[in-house]
Amino acid sequence: MAYDNIPKELLEPLEHQESDQEKISRPSRTFMQDATRTFFKSVPAMISLIVLLLTLLMSIIGPWMNEYGYDDQDLNRAKLPPRISWLEDISWLPFTGTLTETFMGTDVDDATTKALMRFDTDEEFVDIDVIAEGDGSRGSAEVKATFHPYEAKDLHDTYFWLGTDNLGRDQWTRLWKGTRVSMFIAFAAAAIDLLIGVVYGGISAYAGGRVDDIMQRGIEILVGIPNLVVVLLMIMVLNPGITSIIIAMIITGWTGMARIVRGEVLKLKNQEFVLAARTLGASTGRIIMKHLLPNISGIIIINTMFTIPSAIFMEAFLSFIGLGLMPPEASLGTLINTGFDNLRSYPFMFIYPAIVISVIMIAFNIMADGLRDAFDPKMHK
Amino acid sequence: MVRYIIKRLFYMVITLFIIASVSFFLMKMLPGSPLSAQDKLSEEQKEIVLEKYGLNDPVPVQYVRYLGKVAKGDLGISFQFSNTPVSKIIKDRIGPSMQLGFQSLVIGTFLGILLGMIAAIFHNGFLDYGSTFLAVLGTSVPSFVFAGLLQWIFAVNLGWFPVALWEGFEYSILPTVALMIFPMATAARFIRTEMLEVLGSDFIMTARAKGITEYVVVFKHGLRNSLIPLITVMGPMAIGLLTGSLVIEKIFAIPGIGEQFVKSIMTNDYPTIMGTTLLIAFLFIFIVLVIDILYGLIDPRIRVGGGEK
Repeated sequence: MAYDNIPKELLEPLEHQESDQEKISRPSRTFMQDATRTFFKSVPAMISLIVLLLTLLMSIIGPWMNEYGYDDQDLNRAKLPPRISWLEDISWLPFTGTLTETFMGTDVDDATTKALMRFDTDEEFVDIDVIAEGDGSRGSAEVKATFHPYEAKDLHDTYFWLGTDNLGRDQWTRLWKGTRVSMFIAFAAAAIDLLIGVVYGGISAYAGGRVDDIMQRGIEILVGIPNLVVVLLMIMVLNPGITSIIIAMIITGWTGMARIVRGEVLKLKNQEFVLAARTLGASTGRIIMKHLLPNISGIIIINTMFTIPSAIFMEAFLSFIGLGLMPPEASLGTLINTGFDNLRSYPFMFIYPAIVISVIMIAFNIMADGLRDAFDPKMHK
Repeated sequence: MVRYIIKRLFYMVITLFIIASVSFFLMKMLPGSPLSAQDKLSEEQKEIVLEKYGLNDPVPVQYVRYLGKVAKGDLGISFQFSNTPVSKIIKDRIGPSMQLGFQSLVIGTFLGILLGMIAAIFHNGFLDYGSTFLAVLGTSVPSFVFAGLLQWIFAVNLGWFPVALWEGFEYSILPTVALMIFPMATAARFIRTEMLEVLGSDFIMTARAKGITEYVVVFKHGLRNSLIPLITVMGPMAIGLLTGSLVIEKIFAIPGIGEQFVKSIMTNDYPTIMGTTLLIAFLFIFIVLVIDILYGLIDPRIRVGGGEK
C-alpha cells in the first residue's frame, strides 16, 4: 500500500471540540460577490472585457491621434492604401502604402499596359515582377504589379495608417469615429430599453390584476410585430440620423426586458422576504428599490449585455441597406457599406471596419455569456 | 390546444391589421404623389387619373378600400416598374429567396446539430473548444461581413465560384454558405447544451449500464431527446434568415425579395416597400405561430395555453 510509508507521528487524532462545530471556516459571500468572483475568474470573459475597454478607449482618443478630420475630403488623396512610417519597409505587412495586383496578357508588355491602365499612372511608379513570360496566346503572360500611389501623388511624407476612402478621408479617424457612433447608438438604445422595460415590467407585475392584464395585452401585440419591420417603417418616416435609429430600435426593443422583469418580479413579490418587509411597514417604493431591484439586477445586466451587440448589428445592418446614417457621418455600418463597394480593388477599405465590428460583437457576446454563467446560481461551487 | 390556436390566429390578424394600417398612413404621410413627376399631364388629365385610382376620396374611404384590397392579396402598383402590380413582383421574385432560405436552413441546421453533437461528446476537449469558438463566431460576426469576405476570397481572388447573380446551382453556393452560418451556429450552441444535459441524465447511465453501444446511446437516446427543444430556437433562426437574406441578396445580386426591398428603398418605391414589408411581417408571424403549435404537438410535456385537460 502506498500509505504504508507515512510516518506515524504525522497522524495525530483530531481533538473534537464542541465550539468548532458551528464555526464558519470560509468568509461568507453575498450573491453579488460570488457572481463577480466567477466573472473575473473566467478567462474568455476577462479577455473580452479588456478588448472592449481598449476599443472604447480607442473610439474616444483614436480620432485625435492624427491631424486628419473624419470629414476632410480631398479627392487628390482618395483611395490611398494603408501606410505606417515605421512598418512600411516590412513587405509582408499590409502597411507598405502600395497596391499589388496580378495582370494577365498575351505577353509581358501587354500585361504591363493593363497594369498601368488599371492604376492610371506612369511606368515609374509601378514595379513589375514577371511571373510568366507568355507565348503570345491570350492570358499566358502574368505580371505582378506593385503600385506606389503615395509617390505618384507626390505625398512622400504623408502617412494614412489605414488608408483613405473613396473621397480621400482618413480611414483611421473615420474608423474610430464610426466605432464611437456605433457604440453610442448601441449604449443609448440599450439604456432606454432597460429603463422602459424595467419600469413597465415592474409596474405590470407589482400592480397585478387588471392593470397587469391590460399592460400584457399591449405587449403581446407589440411583440407580435416583427422588430425588423418596425425599425424599417420608423426609419422611413423619420429623417435618417442617430436619433431616429435609436428611436426605431427602442420602439419594440424594450418588450423583451419588460417581459423578463415582469416574470422575475411576479416570482419574487410573493416570497417571504417581501412579506416580511411589508409587515415591518416598508413603503412600496422601498420594497421595489431595496428588495426587488437588487434581486433582479443580475438578469437585467445579462439582458442588457445581449441587447448592446444586437443594437450594433442593427445599426450596421440599416446603414448597409441604405437606411442608416448619411454622409459624411461615419458609423461602422456606413464604413462597411463604402468598403464593400470598393472591395474588389481596395479591400483595405472593407477589411478594417469589418474586423472592428466583428471583434466588438464577439467580445460582447463572450462577455455576456460569462456574465450569464456568473449570475447563474447553479454554476457556483 | 384548439382554443390556443384560435387565440393565436386572432392575435396574428390583429398584428397584421396594425402593420397594414400603420404602413397605409405612413404612405399617406410621405410627401409627393404618384403624379408629382408627371409634368406633361394637364390638370384635367391628372384629375382623371386621381379619380380613376380613387385618390380623390377622403382618406378614411381610401383606408377601408386599401384594407379590403390587402385582404385579397392586392398590394398596389409599383412606382418603379410602372403598371406592374407589387404582388406580381413578389411572385416573380419569391423563388430564389425561398430556395436560398430553404437550402441555408436545412444545411445550416444539419451542420449545426453535427457540430453541437461533436462538442458535447468531446466535452472540454479540443473539438469542443473548436466548435464552440466557431459557434460564437457564427452568432457574432454580422452576415454581411461574412458574405463580403466569402465573395472577396472565393469568388474574386480564387475564382472558384461566380461572384454574383443567379443563373444556376453554383451561383447559390456562396450565398447559402453566408446565410447558413447563423442557423448553424445557433443550432450548434443549443444542441451542445441540450446534449450535455441529456447525456448526464439517469436514463443514459441506465442505457450504458445495459451495455448498449456508444453509437446507439448518442444517436438514439441522446440526440433524439435533444432535438425536440431545438424547435424553440427555430423562431429566432428563421428571423435571422429573413434579416440576413436582405443583405445577402444585395451582396450577391440575387433577384429575390430582399434585393427588391433594398432596391425599392433606394428608389423610394413606396408601394413595393410596403408590400414587401407586409410580406416579411406575415412570414415572420406565421413562422412563429407554426413553431409554437408544432412545439406543443411534438413534446407532450409542453402544454401551451394553460395545460388544462
